[in-house]
Amino acid sequence: MLVATIIVYPIVYTGWMSLHEWFASSLTGPRFIGLANYAKIVVGDARFREAVVRTIYFTIVAVAAETVLGVAMALLFNREFWGRGLLRTLAILPMVATPTAIALVFVMMYHPTLGVANYLVTVAGLSPFRWTYSSQTALYALALVDVWQWTPLIMLIALAGLASLPREPYEAAHLDGATPLQSFWHITLPLLRPTLVVAILFRSIDALKTFDIIFVMTQGGPANASETINILLFNQAFSYFNMGYAASMAVALFALVMGASLILIKVRRSAAW
Amino acid sequence: MVSGQSLRRRWLSRAGFYGLALLFMLPTVFVFYWMITLSLKPQVEATAYPPSFVRFSITTAGYREVFTKYPFFLYTWNSLVVATGCTLLGLAVGLPAAYSIAHWRQQRLAVIILVARIIPGIAYLIPWYIFFRHLRMVDTYGALILTHLIVGLPIIIWVMISFFEDVPADLEDAGLIDGCSHFGVFWRIALPLVKPGVVATGILSFVFSWNNFLFSVILAGRSTRTLPIAVYNMISYEEINWGTLAAAATLITLPVLVVALLAQRHIVTGLTFGAVKQ
Repeated sequence: MLVATIIVYPIVYTGWMSLHEWFASSLTGPRFIGLANYAKIVVGDARFREAVVRTIYFTIVAVAAETVLGVAMALLFNREFWGRGLLRTLAILPMVATPTAIALVFVMMYHPTLGVANYLVTVAGLSPFRWTYSSQTALYALALVDVWQWTPLIMLIALAGLASLPREPYEAAHLDGATPLQSFWHITLPLLRPTLVVAILFRSIDALKTFDIIFVMTQGGPANASETINILLFNQAFSYFNMGYAASMAVALFALVMGASLILIKVRRSAAW
Repeated sequence: MVSGQSLRRRWLSRAGFYGLALLFMLPTVFVFYWMITLSLKPQVEATAYPPSFVRFSITTAGYREVFTKYPFFLYTWNSLVVATGCTLLGLAVGLPAAYSIAHWRQQRLAVIILVARIIPGIAYLIPWYIFFRHLRMVDTYGALILTHLIVGLPIIIWVMISFFEDVPADLEDAGLIDGCSHFGVFWRIALPLVKPGVVATGILSFVFSWNNFLFSVILAGRSTRTLPIAVYNMISYEEINWGTLAAAATLITLPVLVVALLAQRHIVTGLTFGAVKQ
């Protein structure tokens, strides 16, 4: 009961707050304005709409890359080999490492003139990027950090999924002369789908909520190019102390995450045949 | 009989496998390698271009600066207090909660816990900020510990539910017949059986609290600032040594990495919220 209180009460309060206009810096109390905040974010605030699109785009880019890479790695590592334990150890490290510290290291690596990232890019024969310092690449550079941190999670989940697959379909397919690619496409992928949907669900929930690395590395810049809902709403709440308005954005973000979860859960249900 | 050719092919495919494996794991290793080597380089070499990967002179200047120019001992202490407090409180509240959910099959409560995983942390931060400001509790350990609970507690409860569900009901019934109270059954019979889970979720909760940035950046003040906030503030100073920054980053990350390695088996369970049973 106590637990439910800790978890539920603040949320109800946020919902209630979102119906008010209140600047925490002012002396006057909250003023009830009904759904006006919601009307404003849906109709009036172009910056919020851009942030929504950006948040979804960031999530899709990051999670898609993580899924493809993670599954590829899982397929590669799904066998007995020397160093399996070491692999798991290495996979866990990025996930538990403090995001703030990792963001800091990436800030130094992304430095346009002194950073090691551009050195490696040049060695590979490409022209250097401006990473988080350009509004064109900032979002991708941030997504890359997310990919670095969380691809191992998809890999570990996919590995667990692969380990539980039955052997018979492969033997049958082999007898029928299927190529490895065919058996991957027609057997592995469909069987793995429920597991993958769970992995994608977890990653999407967290990617939509990404805050630490964006806040530390770009603060939403340059020129709002990486301003996601979380960043916008954080600034509304704690730079302008526009609590009611921020609360309504928080509810909107929650709705977005919840919506994404429900869609993915539905996909999973329909895949469970 | 194995022919020479097939032996060679097997060797080649194995070499190819390890080559690919290396390629995939290289970025993971490289970022940590770069962080640690940067922290040991003198300023001139840290910002040298092209950067030196293997040969560089080693200095501890970065680490010395972290502790002399900034109150890093205080920050470390703050982080330790908050993470430990959050973990102990989380276990004290979460273990009985998980036990009762598992024992009496309170599905609805379980769903609430799951929703807590979905809700953006910032939706909690706004009411908390107003609440703690009202109580003048901003910049106290209490506020930080209570807020960090929201990252640790759902994981403790969710993972522990499945641990408690595996405790045989016969054992619990036997305890009840022998005159144990429900709390006695929980404390003397169930808890010792799920000790590995307690250790694992405790470690996870500690790591999450240690890493938390969002709640601390608002609710920690001058005297309770935790490590992630301290490091974040270092960036905003102009012209700071890269070596110093990297040293600070290494100092924050290293303890979590060590702790996490001790509990690797359970980390994944916790991170995936128990979606994958190990």
